[in-house]
Amino acid sequence: MIFFDHFNYWIFVILLMIGLFTVMSRTNLIKKMIGLSLFQISVFLFYISMGKIDEGTAPIVVEGAQDVVYSNPLPHVLILTAIVVGVATTALGLSLVVRIKESFGTIDEEDILAREDKA
Amino acid sequence: MSLVASHAPVLAIIIPLLAAPVCAMLRGTTFPWFLTTVISALSFAVSVQILLTVSDTGPISYMLGGWAAPWGIEYVADPLSAFVMLIISGISTGVLLYARESIAKEVPPHQLGLFFSAYLLALAGMMGITVTGDAFNIFVFLEITSLSSYVLIAMGEKADRRALTSAFQYLIIGTIGATFILIGVGLLYMMTGTLNIADIASRFDAIADTRPVRAAVAFLIIGIAIKLAMFPFHVWLPNAYSYAPSIVTAFFAGTATKVSVYLLLRFIFTIFGAEFSFGVVSLSELLMPLGVIAFLSMSTVAIFQTNVKRLLAFSSVAQLGYMTVGIALASEAGLTASILHIFNHAIVKTGLFLSVGCMVFVAGSAYLKDLEGIGSRMPLTTFGFVLGGLALIGVPLTPGFVSKWYLVMATLERGDFLGYALTAGMLLSSLLAVIYIWRVVEVAYFRPAPADAEAREAPLSLLIPTWIFIIGSFYFGIQTTVNVGFAEKAASFLMGGL
Repeated sequence: MIFFDHFNYWIFVILLMIGLFTVMSRTNLIKKMIGLSLFQISVFLFYISMGKIDEGTAPIVVEGAQDVVYSNPLPHVLILTAIVVGVATTALGLSLVVRIKESFGTIDEEDILAREDKA
Repeated sequence: MSLVASHAPVLAIIIPLLAAPVCAMLRGTTFPWFLTTVISALSFAVSVQILLTVSDTGPISYMLGGWAAPWGIEYVADPLSAFVMLIISGISTGVLLYARESIAKEVPPHQLGLFFSAYLLALAGMMGITVTGDAFNIFVFLEITSLSSYVLIAMGEKADRRALTSAFQYLIIGTIGATFILIGVGLLYMMTGTLNIADIASRFDAIADTRPVRAAVAFLIIGIAIKLAMFPFHVWLPNAYSYAPSIVTAFFAGTATKVSVYLLLRFIFTIFGAEFSFGVVSLSELLMPLGVIAFLSMSTVAIFQTNVKRLLAFSSVAQLGYMTVGIALASEAGLTASILHIFNHAIVKTGLFLSVGCMVFVAGSAYLKDLEGIGSRMPLTTFGFVLGGLALIGVPLTPGFVSKWYLVMATLERGDFLGYALTAGMLLSSLLAVIYIWRVVEVAYFRPAPADAEAREAPLSLLIPTWIFIIGSFYFGIQTTVNVGFAEKAASFLMGGL
């Protein structure tokens, strides 16, 4: 089964698409942010899966052990940075939503567009 | 001095990056601005130093923390990145000279410290993207730039609350773009096992024609295209530029999209290599039509705008179309034209946005209906705008002419039907530019000023930097050896490979 051979990658693609679809199809700004977070988080899964090596153990040197296969820690470290970026993006996006709510009195895209035209 | 010089590539980024938190703590209207200007000028001085060194002795490589590449992170200043760094820090410094009075009117005084620290972060991020030699670093710096630019754009909220929604829209689209780039870098890492750009490039041929690499190319090109505001992904740009504070618009118009053009060049020519990009995956067939549609359709859309800032923003998308076409020609001449246009358009568009900023400062609006008779009310500013407009159209003696000349030479060099069609398209687009600039001129000079409007020039602190950019653009339009020289050097470096 090709699906189970690349299980993580399939989940990555499915989450990515769910996230992207949510961003595009929802008009509620909070739901858009949720979609965007999901979209970013799926990429974390992609990086983490990439570092895993079959039969690989945690990358800590074992004294005296022979033929130990280690997983690749680098993608995991990289994705820590991306997680921080994701958190910052979410925080900034949500704070913009708060300001939009204060200013326009709604967080629905269509209502905002209607009010923009009147302004 | 030699100690400072040997650390130049990292200094250009570290200086603004460290100054940003300091700036956030400063209060008052003058201190944050002053610090930011000094820091940006320092960064500019370092960039000049780097560019001179690079053109004398070739690319500089800097190992961060002394860890040797490819394990450590490497910063590389080559003719292209040094040239783009010079553009970014130069534009930033020029815009900052203008900023003090302009921004005090648009942003509440207690937020100025934070505003300028976001500005410094954006500067550091853009400089970082250009100088880094590490693919993952590009993503990190890209996000530093993007996050601070969302903040900066949202700061236009005091004048127009639509700044908030346009910043949010940019955040959504920009994050999708950056995430695509992240996926692309991940796929490249998966196939090559390295993140160092030179190292990826050297291993690229062995794995070039595999499915993950093709996917990586697609993700990277689309991600960069979103950041670059290439034609179908440009929706965020006109909104963001229209509602951001004047200096933010001027700063980003000259730098943000140019950095993305740089990224496109870097990935296509340095990492993928021209043979793969144009031979195996034929990116020309993707980029060429998009570029052509961009400059034709966006010039047309610009004609119908009622807000001058928005008009210029659409014209920016059109100009990015020229750069895309220059890249898609896949020849050294096209590449030279494209890199030259990065420089020329940056200086011209910044000048234009600054002069519109002067009008907004005095008249309080960038809508054409509020700018009637502005030519007699603010003669110096409006004349500056007209000269900038001529440069944008590409009248001889202006930088717009020089870069269009090189672009036309590059298209004619093809000698086939497509080449002639492209030339015709560019001429048509320039005529459209005449129309949209003329609309502003007509309103400014041939409509009577409203009776209650006061005739008042913008303060000198705004006028002088505006005119520096306008006169500077004419200098580089007449005395072309400097900008053409650096652009040619960068182009031949890229075509020659690493």
